[in-house]
Formats: sequence, C-alpha cells, structure tokens
Amino acid sequence: MSQIPPLFQREFLGYFRTPVAYVFLAVFLLASVGLAFFVSQFFKAGNASLEGYFVWHTWLFVFFAPAAGMRLWAEERRSGTLELLFTLPVTPLEAVLAKFLAAWAFLAAGILLSFPLALTAAWLGDPDWGIIAASYCGSILMAGAYLAVCSLMSALTRNQVVGFVLGLFVNLVLVFLGWSVFNGVLAAVFPQAVADLLANFSHTSHFDAFTKGIVDPKDVMFFVSLGGLCLFLNVLALER
Amino acid sequence: MIEVKGLVKNYGSTRAVDGVSFTVRRGEILGFLGPNGAGKSTTMKLITGYLRPDAGTAVVNGHDVTRDSLAVRRNLGYLAESAPAYPEMTVGEFLDFIAAMRGYRTPAAKAERIGHVVGLCHLQAVLGQTIETLSKGYKQRVGFAQALLHDPPVLVLDEPTDGLDPNQKNEVRAIIRQLAAAKAVILSTHILEEVDAICNRVIIISRGRVVVDETPEALHARQPGARLDEIFRTLTRGDL
Ligand SMILES: Nc1ncnc2c1ncn2[C@@H]1O[C@H](COP(=O)(O)OP(=O)(O)O)[C@@H](O)[C@H]1O
Ligand SMILES: [Mg+2]
Repeated sequence: MSQIPPLFQREFLGYFRTPVAYVFLAVFLLASVGLAFFVSQFFKAGNASLEGYFVWHTWLFVFFAPAAGMRLWAEERRSGTLELLFTLPVTPLEAVLAKFLAAWAFLAAGILLSFPLALTAAWLGDPDWGIIAASYCGSILMAGAYLAVCSLMSALTRNQVVGFVLGLFVNLVLVFLGWSVFNGVLAAVFPQAVADLLANFSHTSHFDAFTKGIVDPKDVMFFVSLGGLCLFLNVLALER
Repeated sequence: MIEVKGLVKNYGSTRAVDGVSFTVRRGEILGFLGPNGAGKSTTMKLITGYLRPDAGTAVVNGHDVTRDSLAVRRNLGYLAESAPAYPEMTVGEFLDFIAAMRGYRTPAAKAERIGHVVGLCHLQAVLGQTIETLSKGYKQRVGFAQALLHDPPVLVLDEPTDGLDPNQKNEVRAIIRQLAAAKAVILSTHILEEVDAICNRVIIISRGRVVVDETPEALHARQPGARLDEIFRTLTRGDL
C-alpha cells in the first residue's frame, strides 16, 4: 500500500493540470447552489437548513460523478500509459484505490465548496449543525459509491465518452429504482414486495435519512458495499 | 540475467508468441529482430510482467515473473513502444512521479536520481515543458530516463530508435552502449543496421517462434557477401 501516496498525488493534481478541474468545480457549484437558490427557494423557504441544497445531490451526481471518473482508466488505456503504470512496482489493487481516492477527494472538495451556504444559513437563522454534518457526510459517502461505479465503467473501455455514458446510465438506474415516481410504476408491474426490494438497491432510498440528520448503519453499509464491490470488479477488469 | 523459457501467449485464437526461449547475460545487448507482427512486443510485455503468459515463464535476475512479478518489475527498466508518458505533466513532474514510484521518497534521493538520468539523456532544456509539447526525439529520451531511473540490472527496450532522425538514433545508441557493460539489455528493432551498430547477439523471430539465435558475425557468415536484409528475408519468408 506504500505506492498509494505518489499515485494519489499524481492523479489528484492531474485534475488541476488541465482546465477540466476549474470548469468542473465552477459548473458543479453553480448547478448545486443554483438549484438550492432558485428551485428550492433557499431564502424564501423560511427555515435555516441546507435541505434544499442536498435534496438535489442524487440527481447532480448522476452527471458529475461520471465527469470526474470517466478518464480514470479509459485515458490510461487510450494513451498507452497503462503499460507504463503496470510495469512500475504497483499492484492493481493499489492503483485502483489510489485513483479512486484521488477522484473522491476531488468530488468531496466540490461538495465542501458549498460550505459558505451553511455559514449563510447560520447568519440568517439557527440551523441544526448535526443535520448539516450528517448531510455532508452522507453526500460525500454517496459520491464515493457513484464514483466507484464510474471507475469500474471507465476500466471497461478505452474511450472516455463511452466511460461517461456507461457511468451515467448505471447510476441513473440506481437513482430511478428508489425514486417515488418510478417506484410507483414498478409497484404496478411487480408485487409490492419486489418493488420494495428493488428500491433498496438505490442511492435515493439510502441518502434521504442523512438529510434528516439520521445516520443509519444500514445506509452506510449500502454505500460502502456498493463502492467496495465496484472497486473489486475494477481490479478484475484490469486483468491482462 | 534474463532467462526466457517456453513463453506462449494467445490473443483469442491467434498465437502471438509460440514457445520462445532464450537467455541474456550481463554485458550482452540482444537485438530482437523480426517483421512487424512477429511477436516482439508481446514477448517483451511477457518478460516485464505486464502480460501474463499462457505457458512458460521468464526469470529476471532470479525472480520468476509468474510468481513474483513485482520483484521482476523492480529489477527491470522498460521502454514501451512509442514511449508512453502522461502528456499533461512536465518532464520534471513526470520524473518526480516515477522516482517516487521507484521508492525514492526523500527530496534528496529523488534529486540525485533525477539529476543523473537528466544528465544522461540530455533533458535539462525541457524539464519544465509538458510532455505533449515535446518532439519525438525528446519524448523517446524521457521514456529512456524513466526506464533508467532506478538503475535496473535489466533493460527491455521496444524499438527505442523508432521514428528518430539519424543523429538522434546515434545518440540513443551511444547511451545504450554506455550503459550496457553492467546490464543485460534486450532491444527490439526492425532496422537491420542497428544490429551491427550495437548488438552483440541477435535473435530473429518469425510468427512467434525463434528462428535464429547467434552472434551478428555468425549471422553474416550464413550467406557470405550478402547484405543483412537479404539474410533476414530468407529467414522470415514464412511471414510474407
Ligand atoms: N492486444 C492485442 N490483441 C490482439 N492481437 C494482438 C494484440 N497485440 C498484438 N496482437 C497480435 O499479435 C501478433 C504479434 O504482435 P506484436 O507482439 O505487437 O508484434 P511485433 O512487436 O513483433 O510487431 C500480431 O499478429 C498482432 O496483430
Ligand atoms: Mg512491436
């Protein structure tokens, strides 16, 4: 595991070597805070909480996680640097973890950049800091699960765009399964028990509790196991 | 130092390497010749541990690549075909990353090793330049510097002079010659004059099999008076 720090550093700083990082962070901030202000009516809602900000995250990550994760492996395959990387003394597991952690740290930075919003809420009213802390933790944890899916999808192709579309699609399915509208459709087709079971495999159903300040070990376990499974498959996908 | 024993590699139903065996000792520069598609690159990737053989193995400095590929990679410097490197990094950043991955973690240790290879490969002028803006010759030298950074006892170079102009070719050959005394070197090429220029042993492979393994002098003696490319053509006719 001693090879993780230099790989992590290369990958994390790699975002900032191109304009991609700045464009990503600016657009993510605009979109997430914009939705909170203009759709959720952050100021008019009359309560000092960030619920209107976090409620959009399951949807936002559908686009932003693949954007951050699409190049992780596809780009190494395309440019031939995969061969350079795996003739250095590094195991696939170390490489997968280092790259994943770098991308996750990058996404987490994007999420934490909204912190001035929390300060605004504190200035305007008296928010529940427990709920805000749980929401940030839940959001970052969930971002990790989205990203692990995208890292796996990126490892399956040498084309970043294909990686992006695959990551978006799989995460979208994982959101839809728990979305009340779609779940209603499912319940009409399948028995209620089946619909409920499917809803369990969704980002949405496991994130809601966090935004209410409840950290349920079952929800934590869902994101951790989804992420772990994807990263395990990611290692297998790099078998040569 | 390098012992290759019955290596076999299939890509789907095509057999790219078909029972290749040879040894390379310290001080030898082995020229690995063959027409395009003969299996040179694949054999080299098997020796480096990048690809897993379907049968046979390679032993590098006492380490069996199928049992301990990490140890093999620590003992080996590899320059892949077309010298892949991270295009958005500067030469300095790239070598710093390679040094860290090769276990040089203190600034002093890194600076010492990087300074050495930068001098050897004449990279002083481009240290601050991003790799994507380098000329083909400089890019190749960055690949060299990367392969030599940890002063490995074994060097595997896949077409190290491909695409260089005559002056650059001579310079690269001079570097190889200078290093070779204390190392075992395999270099692949399809430029026949290269054999006379630097190699003290020749292997010709054709359709995944070794057809010649001898000294350049013995190769010339096969058809006295004939040019090397005529001998080569006779030996690899099966490929046409
Ligand atoms: N990744 C791959 N997938 C399928 N076939 C491959 C792959 N790489 C090489 N080959 C095939 O294996 C054979 C040997 O290729 P290679 O080792 O690159 O030859 P050389 O380096 O001597 O030109 C060729 O027929 C080539 O088409
Ligand atoms: Mg080749």
